Amino acid sequence: MDASRPVSAVSDVVDWFADPTHWEGPGGVPTRLLEHLGLSAAALGIACAIAVPLALWLGHVGRGGPLAVNLANTGRAVPTFAVLVLLAIGPLGFGPESTITALVLFAVPPILTNGYVGMREVDRDVVEAAKGVGMSPWQVARTVELPLAVPLLLNGIRLAAVQVIATATIAALVAGGGLGNIILLGFGTQDQAAVVAGALLVAGFALVTELVFVLLTRVVGQRPSPIVAEP
Amino acid sequence: MAPSPTSCLQRNDWICGEYLTTRADLIASSALEHVLLTVVSVGLGLAVALPLGVVAFRFRRLGAVVLGASTALYTIPSLAMFSLLLPFTGLSATTVVVGLVLYSLTILVRNVVAGLQGVPADVVESATGTGYGPVSLLLHVQLPLALPTILAGVRVATVSTVALVTVGAILGNGGLGDLIYAGLRTQFQAEVLTATVLVVALAVVADLLLLGLQRLVTPWTRAAR
Repeated sequence: MDASRPVSAVSDVVDWFADPTHWEGPGGVPTRLLEHLGLSAAALGIACAIAVPLALWLGHVGRGGPLAVNLANTGRAVPTFAVLVLLAIGPLGFGPESTITALVLFAVPPILTNGYVGMREVDRDVVEAAKGVGMSPWQVARTVELPLAVPLLLNGIRLAAVQVIATATIAALVAGGGLGNIILLGFGTQDQAAVVAGALLVAGFALVTELVFVLLTRVVGQRPSPIVAEP
Repeated sequence: MAPSPTSCLQRNDWICGEYLTTRADLIASSALEHVLLTVVSVGLGLAVALPLGVVAFRFRRLGAVVLGASTALYTIPSLAMFSLLLPFTGLSATTVVVGLVLYSLTILVRNVVAGLQGVPADVVESATGTGYGPVSLLLHVQLPLALPTILAGVRVATVSTVALVTVGAILGNGGLGDLIYAGLRTQFQAEVLTATVLVVALAVVADLLLLGLQRLVTPWTRAAR
């Protein structure tokens, strides 16, 4: 790879994108993008199914706070690459099962932490007032705590989504699949244009996902609080 | 059937003392590279983040741009980041360090700004009233009071950098990540597990050391986070 000609690399990358063979077949951009999307969506869906109810329940009853909060900090210290490799050469083997398991492991902590904090940060006076007017614990959770916790919960899901997309890229090193494969193939064939093109696709995918969640948070966050809307 | 191998290396055990004794030099040099990559990356990140954070604090509109740009950078997956830097710095430790500096900037600039914003207005006012100029106000009042928040950022940046260094293995400069990558290719369980445990241990030790430093240089606060 020639590291001394970044300027000519730009035209090489443009040529890579213009090459129709890079857009078809099992190694083509659309297939790889769908693989990446599928892996990420599956992992994020499973992580949400586990972490959202758990976070809301823990936040509602006010238990397990240190666990919920410290899990995200601990998760940061564990290298995603190492976990992917450990699961693949371990009992789960090289395949989508080990990749998705690793992705879920890293997606749960941010959702759990943010969901928990979101529920706990609801003004205790508001919660007490809701109880005072005769709301059941379920009603308090659903109509008072949850709507106020949604922006932080969404923030947790956003962090998890970005984490999952990044980890799914690295998963190409281990079990194959996804846009990371384009980067790896580039490294393997010393094709710098392919490496950069794959990286641009991955970065674009991650940024678009981030943007979608930012917009989603804005829409949901601006919804009037039901305490005001439903007196 | 062959007699069952007596060596844990031959059996490919997850935990293998023989691996530790026979590869001690390689493990030590990889761990040292890991530490160096982390220290250089966070150190450079802090050197850039301090002035950048001060500027972002002084000029709010510019600050919003700086914070927005660094947040976008943080969204880029590590493998893609290293790959995007490849045309500029090649297959080298420099590429890994530049990528890691960019990531640490996101955390560090944010905390420098938050730390400076957290300085109470009346403190700034009375310091100005007693004759502090803008520079000495910054150096002797604002930055020292922002120190706990800045150091909290250094801890977070260090812990995530220790983990991210492993991805540098794709460039052949991933510290202990190189061992994980090699172990992946040969399905060498002891090598992968040992390197992983060491990476997590490095992160924990670094975090505790920085926590100690934080307590030492900011004795007036008991804020541990």
